[in-house]
Amino acid sequence: MTSVSRWVLVFYCIYLLLPLYWLMTMALRTNSDITGKFEVIPSHPTLANFAEIVSNPVWYQAFGNSLSYVVLNTLISICVALPAAYVFSRYRFLGDRQLFFWLLTNRMAPPAVFLLPFFQLYSSIGLFDTPLAVALAHCLFTVPLSVWILEGFMSGVPSEVDEMAKIDGHSFAYFFFRIFIPINRGAIGVTLFFCFMFSWVELLLARTLTGSTTKPIVVVMTRTVSASGLDWGVLAAAGALTVVPGIIVVWFVRKHLVKGFALGRV
Amino acid sequence: MAINKPYNNRAWLGVLPVLLIVAFSAVIPLMTVVNYSVQDILDFNSRFYVGLDWYRETLQDPRFIEAFGRQVLFSLSVLAIEIPLGILVARGLPKSGAWTSVLLILLAVPLLIPWNVVGTIWQIYARSDIGLLGVGLNELGLAFNYTSNPTHAWLTLIAMDVWHWTSLVALLSFAGLTSVPPAYYQAAELDGASKWQVFRYVEMPRLGGVLVIAVLLRLMDSFMIYTEPFVLTGGGPGNATTFLSQYLATMAVGQFDLGPAAAFSVIYFLFILLFCWIFYNSVMTDETVEDAVENTANNNEARHHD
Repeated sequence: MTSVSRWVLVFYCIYLLLPLYWLMTMALRTNSDITGKFEVIPSHPTLANFAEIVSNPVWYQAFGNSLSYVVLNTLISICVALPAAYVFSRYRFLGDRQLFFWLLTNRMAPPAVFLLPFFQLYSSIGLFDTPLAVALAHCLFTVPLSVWILEGFMSGVPSEVDEMAKIDGHSFAYFFFRIFIPINRGAIGVTLFFCFMFSWVELLLARTLTGSTTKPIVVVMTRTVSASGLDWGVLAAAGALTVVPGIIVVWFVRKHLVKGFALGRV
Repeated sequence: MAINKPYNNRAWLGVLPVLLIVAFSAVIPLMTVVNYSVQDILDFNSRFYVGLDWYRETLQDPRFIEAFGRQVLFSLSVLAIEIPLGILVARGLPKSGAWTSVLLILLAVPLLIPWNVVGTIWQIYARSDIGLLGVGLNELGLAFNYTSNPTHAWLTLIAMDVWHWTSLVALLSFAGLTSVPPAYYQAAELDGASKWQVFRYVEMPRLGGVLVIAVLLRLMDSFMIYTEPFVLTGGGPGNATTFLSQYLATMAVGQFDLGPAAAFSVIYFLFILLFCWIFYNSVMTDETVEDAVENTANNNEARHHD
C-alpha cells in the first residue's frame, strides 16, 4: 500500500502543479496573447503585468491593506485563544463540550444574507472601513480554529509541568508567560499559519466591511476585472503574488506544521 | 495526555475573552437575520410581521429543493474524493528530509490562493479554446466543454474543489501519521501484519481525531461554497451548478427579497448545524478514540503471545 501511496502522491503533485503552471504562464503573457491563442510555453514572455502591480498604488496599497487586517486578526486570535485553549486542555467545566461545538458552528453561517447585518453592526459602532472591522469579523472563524489547534498541542504537554512550576514557587503568570508559552512555540507557529491563511483568502466579509480607503487585494482583483474588461494577465500576476506572503509564513513554520499537530489530541 | 482532568468552573474565566469576541460577531448578526426572516421588508421603513410564512414558502419552493439536492450531492462527492485521497497523499509523503519541506510547501499553495483567483485559474485552465486542461482533453478526443455541458461543468467544479482542498486533509492527516510511534510499525512488522492491517489497526486510530476536524471543515465549507462556482460557471449552464449559496445570493442581493432570503439562511444554517452535530456526537466522544487505541494495543499484545 505504501507504493500505491507514493504513486498517488506523484500524480497528485502533477495535478497540483499544472494549474499553478498555467497561472504563471498567464502572468507572463499580455491579455490579448492569453485570449488570442493557445500555447503551452509563452513565446513572448513579458514582465509587464508584474510591473503594473508594483507601479500602481491601487495594487500595492491593497496589499498593505490586506496585510494590516490579516496581521491584526492573527494577533487578536492568538491572544484570546491562548488562555481558552489552556483551560480546555487542563480542566473540565460546565458546558465545555457544548461550548467547543458552538465555537465550531460559527463557520457555518451562509454568507449572502449575513453580510447585511455585519455591515449594519460595524457601521453602527463606527468601525466600517477600518482594518479592525475586518479583523474582528474574521475572528468568527479564526478564533475557534486557533482554540482547537492550540488545545491539541497543549493537551500534549504533561500537567506535571504545571505542578513543577508551582512547587518551584513561580506565580501563575510567570509560569504561563515564561514557561508554558515558550514550550508551545511550535503550536503558536502552526496556529499563526492557519489564521493567516483563512483571513488572507476570505473575500465576502472583507468586501462588505471595507470602503475606498482600506480596499484589500482580493477586492481590488474583482473590481479590476469588471472595470477594465477582464485583464487576465494582471489578474494572474496579482494572484501569483498573493501566494508569496503565505509561502513565507509556511517556510518559517514548516517544521512545526508537522511536529505540532502530532503532539496533541490526535 | 491529561485524561483525568479536574473539574473546575473557574476555567470559564479563561474562555471568557473568546466567548465575548466570537459572540460579538456571531450572535448579533444571527439575531438580525432571524428578525428579518419573520418580516416582509418592502424597504427599511415599511415592514410587516408575517410569522413563519417565509419558512413555509421556502420549504415548498421547488428551486430550493433542487438547489439543496445539488448541494448535498456536491458535498458528498468532494468529501468522498478528498478524504481518501488526502490520506493516501499523506501516507506517500516522506516522513523527514528536504523533500518533506518542499512537498509541504507545495501542498500549502492552493490553500493560500484567494478563492476568486482559484475560480479564475480554473475558468481559463479548463477552457476548451485557450486552457491547458480543456485543450488537452480535446486533443485526447473528448469533446470537453464545461460552459455548455452540465456534466462537464460538474466534473470541472469537483476537480477544482479537489485541487483546492485535498491539501488541507493531506496536511492534517500527515500530522496525525507522524504521531504514530515507530515502535508500532516494528511490532506490526514482527507480527507479519499485512499493509492493510497496518493501516487499519496502527495508523487509523491515530488519524481519528484529525479526520474528524478535516471532515467537519470540509463539510461546512463545501456546503457554503460560493465564490469559486460563481467565478467558474456562474451557476450554469442553466441552473446545473446553482448551489444553495448562489441561489441565496440571487434572492438577497439580486432581488432584495430580504425576508425569504433570511428564512432560507436560517433553514440552511440549521441543516448544516444538524449534519455537524450528528457527526460530532457520533465520533467525537473521547471514549471512541481511547477504545480504538486500547483495542490496537490489546490486539498487538495478543499477537505477541501467540
